Amino acid sequence: MARHIVGAVDEIPPGGRKLVEADGKKIVVFNLGGEFFALLDRCPHQGSALSGGILCGLVQSNEPGKYHFSRAGEMVRCPWHNWEFDIRTGKSWFDPRRTKVRAFPAHVEPGAALASDPQRAKAQSGESAAQKDSATPSMHMDGVAVEGPYQAETFSVKVEAEYVVVEV
Amino acid sequence: MTEAAIDCDLHPGLPSMASLFPYMDQHWRTSLKERGVSQLESASWPPAAPSTVRADWRGPKGEAPCTLATLQAQVLDRWNVGTGILNPLFPAQLPFSRDLSAAFARAVNDWIRAEWLDGDKRLRASILLPNAIEESVAEIERLAPDHRFVQAMTLCMGEIPLGRREWWPVYEALSRHDIPLAIHAGSNWRHPVTSVGWPSYYLEEYTANSMGFQASLASLITEGVFVKFPKLKVVLLESGVSWLPSFLWRLVKSWKGVRFEVPWLDRPPSEYVRDHVRLSIRPLDVPEEAATMARLMDHLGSDELLLWSSDWPHAHFEGDATVPQGLDQALLKKIMVDNPLATYARLREGALA
Repeated sequence: MARHIVGAVDEIPPGGRKLVEADGKKIVVFNLGGEFFALLDRCPHQGSALSGGILCGLVQSNEPGKYHFSRAGEMVRCPWHNWEFDIRTGKSWFDPRRTKVRAFPAHVEPGAALASDPQRAKAQSGESAAQKDSATPSMHMDGVAVEGPYQAETFSVKVEAEYVVVEV
Repeated sequence: MTEAAIDCDLHPGLPSMASLFPYMDQHWRTSLKERGVSQLESASWPPAAPSTVRADWRGPKGEAPCTLATLQAQVLDRWNVGTGILNPLFPAQLPFSRDLSAAFARAVNDWIRAEWLDGDKRLRASILLPNAIEESVAEIERLAPDHRFVQAMTLCMGEIPLGRREWWPVYEALSRHDIPLAIHAGSNWRHPVTSVGWPSYYLEEYTANSMGFQASLASLITEGVFVKFPKLKVVLLESGVSWLPSFLWRLVKSWKGVRFEVPWLDRPPSEYVRDHVRLSIRPLDVPEEAATMARLMDHLGSDELLLWSSDWPHAHFEGDATVPQGLDQALLKKIMVDNPLATYARLREGALA
């Protein structure tokens, strides 16, 4: 499994998401209260982009008329037909055994570890995917361009920060 | 026909209102006489409509068969039927008065008991329910001790959708006695029989019944009746069958997107139908030939849903063609024997004490 850098942790706040492209796949990465989860950005039903879906909670019941609401923001609903998927597992709620979206492992690593890793994680693909998709805010991971006729372009490189990594 | 065959939908005719008088208390008997109410028909079954009574089953004046002897001659003996379930269509649910409705239901049920059930050991009956819930529960409790009453019957177009919690005391009573709810075609005329208003023609009203069944079924499922009462069975009478697969496809498809609205459903709506709902086969709403029947069975996805019914004396087939063409022997046995037995706990009890 290849590791791909999604972006700096700060780019995806809790409740946020980021669409990246890794190994030719569009992958949407969610931050649930500091934990990161990655799903293939393709509803198993008819292929709509889950990255455009609303987040919701889980409504359960053990009796008609009783509603138990939990896990606020931990389900994503497909924008086309409203099917609910558990962000933590990729499983649909109505048919978890047969209807599920592929989930990828995601975790946080310190930049120093990534920089020293001989099999360095790829970061550029994630960037390009994010920029191509106009519906997703394009996050410049670490480049800051300042206009001015006499000023050289500068980059700040922060390996000490923490980064979200997805394994594809 | 096998002697074990169970005809799940027979309609004993009521000769006249006076036939009910012996089974009414003095107030209602007197009141009906004073008002000159000699007959009460629901527009759902116009007496002279050809479909209401098969021509060769009518009496000399064109009247519907209304004696045990005619039922025996036309159905029970002629087809060697093992068990027949009587579903009286007297419109007890029509009156706006809850009390009059309950008085009608009590009278009809006692008339059925005395003049039909007592006369032939092969017969069973539905408890005809009045139009209000409290009185329906009372009627179930009154008659449940007599195990010849094997289910309770209401209409598919009533005052409120059948799944609503107001109805739940009825389902509690039925579950406790292990008696299915039968839902028969027909309306008690509180609402237009179509959701867009009153139709002009009988043809429209007749076909609108399938929408009434769909609405009733959707209500029972989504409101969670089968979650709350897991033992309850529902039998659709004169509902037709072929609308069910497409209706369920639509219900399941939409449920996937709004599951959170009815979170008590822990499986697709179609599975509740498979576990709880059965349908009588007359009138059948497809051409009765083998290829079509095979396709219908394939769409239903189960050979346990259908119950044999002649729908006597309504006219849906000629001569002795009591079952649709193209059903193999194994399936016929399911429809005519096994499925009714699985549906009706009180038929499984066998001979009565």
